[in-house]
Amino acid sequence: MQWNPETIVAVAAYAGAGICMGFGAVGAAIGEGYTAAQANHAVSRNTDLSGDVFKNMLVGQAVAESASIFALVIAILLMFLNFQGAPLIKAPALFGAGLCMGLGALGSGIGSGLPGGQACFGIARQPAVTGRLTTNMLIGSAVCQTPAIFAMVVALLLIFIDFSSVPLRPGWAALIGAGLSTGLAAIGSGYGGGVAAGASCEGVARQPLAVAPVTTTMLVGQAVAQTPAIFGLLVSFILLFRGIPASESLAPAMALLAAGLCTGLGGIGPGIGNGQVAGGAVRWVARNSAIATDLMRVMLVGQAVSQSTAIYAMVVSLVLIFVV
Amino acid sequence: MAIEGADLIKAAAFLGAGLAMGLGAIGPGIGEGMTAAKACEAIGQNPNEAGLLTRTMLVGQAVAESTGIYSLVVALLLLFVV
Repeated sequence: MQWNPETIVAVAAYAGAGICMGFGAVGAAIGEGYTAAQANHAVSRNTDLSGDVFKNMLVGQAVAESASIFALVIAILLMFLNFQGAPLIKAPALFGAGLCMGLGALGSGIGSGLPGGQACFGIARQPAVTGRLTTNMLIGSAVCQTPAIFAMVVALLLIFIDFSSVPLRPGWAALIGAGLSTGLAAIGSGYGGGVAAGASCEGVARQPLAVAPVTTTMLVGQAVAQTPAIFGLLVSFILLFRGIPASESLAPAMALLAAGLCTGLGGIGPGIGNGQVAGGAVRWVARNSAIATDLMRVMLVGQAVSQSTAIYAMVVSLVLIFVV
Repeated sequence: MAIEGADLIKAAAFLGAGLAMGLGAIGPGIGEGMTAAKACEAIGQNPNEAGLLTRTMLVGQAVAESTGIYSLVVALLLLFVV
């Protein structure tokens, strides 16, 4: 049985669109559900504030929703762009784009819901600082969205770059690997950033005077939690833009695919772990801001150790791309 | 297209190396993060014991790291030795 390239490109685009929206819907829905659950909890505690809590819940959910809207945009592009006459190498690129955005929206969707929920609960606890809580929630959940934005950038590159000069073997593996690397690595960083942001909203509600050190610690902790996603983005860019020699054998293709998988999977754990460290530090900076600098130091040391496995994974990926 | 045996073995070794290090990095990352999170909380509660708590954290993390290092060793063996 022989198919023409156009059919295979269309199959890859539609399968990618399905995977993109399917995975992409999971994270945001969980995150928004958490926000709504905490909002209900908050209203039951203090029914007079139901208006403020309700407003804050909707704003928080809207931010969490953006990750799945990115996935929707990519899915629509994959379905309705015209790929007629595209070379066969476009098929793995489009499938990789769907994988990248679908997986990449998971962590950011869940993560962005955590500050939303904690801010709703905080409003019931400390109505006087409602404005500050909403601001803190928005800063924290915006940072959580960055891994999803990285995934969208890579997905758009995979959709719109002309890969006709890339050899089909082993180029197919490099393009799918590029999608997997950023998509998988975004899961951990998105969720981890959310843990830190949630702890900071809880901290501001507990001790409104400590808002400055709490926000600073949150941002530093979130920045470190983003690094696995940045490693994923870096490996994706190398896989996308490095000229690959054509080869009929299977080994070079598997090396490129494994490079993407390795940095992507390897980023999940350190991203979540770094976020937990930042959450623990932020929570206690709020309670005891006199020792904020000590806590920041311990947080950074702990995060550096937790980061090490992401660095091992990136080293193995670079060896797979450049050495073997 | 015919795939030769040696090519297939190399391809499997590369894929195995990527999966070994990628999956192997998940656990230590989460575990060491939990350790450090609790250490931050403990130092918040009892700042005078910061030195002792940091030492305990680092030793605990080093043990949790070991499986990540096993993964790295296996990945490098698959890449260069097998």
